[in-house]
Amino acid sequence: MSNAVTFDTRTDTAIPVESPLAFSYRQSGAPRAGSSSRVQLRERAMLGHLILRGGAIVLDEAVRDVLGISLPGKPQALVQDTSGERSIQWLSPDEWLVIVPGGEEFPLETQLRERLGNSHYAISDVSGGQTALEITGEAARELLMKAVIYDVHPSNFPVGKGVTTVFAKATTILRRPSEERWELVVRRSFADYCYRWLLDAAAEYSVNVEQ
Amino acid sequence: MFYIYCPYCGEHREEEEFHPKGQAHIERPKDPEACSDEEWGNYLFFRNNPRGVHHEMWVHAVGCRKFFNVTRHTVSYEILETYKMGEQPSITADSQKQPREPAAVSHQEGVRA
Repeated sequence: MSNAVTFDTRTDTAIPVESPLAFSYRQSGAPRAGSSSRVQLRERAMLGHLILRGGAIVLDEAVRDVLGISLPGKPQALVQDTSGERSIQWLSPDEWLVIVPGGEEFPLETQLRERLGNSHYAISDVSGGQTALEITGEAARELLMKAVIYDVHPSNFPVGKGVTTVFAKATTILRRPSEERWELVVRRSFADYCYRWLLDAAAEYSVNVEQ
Repeated sequence: MFYIYCPYCGEHREEEEFHPKGQAHIERPKDPEACSDEEWGNYLFFRNNPRGVHHEMWVHAVGCRKFFNVTRHTVSYEILETYKMGEQPSITADSQKQPREPAAVSHQEGVRA
């Protein structure tokens, strides 16, 4: 194992932890629309986000051993395990975003470091820096078309694709893990802004926010 | 609104995602200590400003955040090609000379009329 200093960012002590949107729920509320709603919004809070950087071949072997998913080598690709809870997304030719259920990121990082040894790579835990917003419902694509500069038509954006692009002037990662589900990975500092933008843009589809 | 082809992402992306970063293919002198002031000054401060084909560095700032090269026509603003870092352009001012000249002339006449 390399001599990198690592630490678990999740503490065992009773320090209160809030999702990036906790402030927004208090400040802007969380509309409930019931059955008339055409767009549903849900934060997938407290997930483990890791950024992997390094050569594709070296990382692929390690990730396959540890996580059981192969590293997507194709640009814009997003792969998931069978449960859909763990995913790896191509961000750039030498950079990938791994999202795993909350609490798994530190053991995963440690295992990867052990497996990778002294190879040339970098792993950064960015769990605290970003959060995932899930958009579902029949008007989800229509809603995205208002804010995203990228073409979200199914012919250009099939399931299993993810891009880093501009959402309402903010840099976000937009991905499509399944047919009816879209995911926005936003910076923590932009979470409130994006949330309020989404509430405003989705008001006409009577947005339903699940907390 | 126009699209630029990112050679790393392998697709055309919105111009808003990119930033220009100046002239491409600037080589740092191998031995800076041995440079004359003029050579070093030219390397640091002086850039080409051609009328016609120009090779520039751009960065896909919002996407993959990689630098790549763009061959651009500074009169028509047309992007002739994009290629990865470390590669050489297939379109240069010399290779463009023959087919470009007549088109440029007819364009000027069109403006005058």
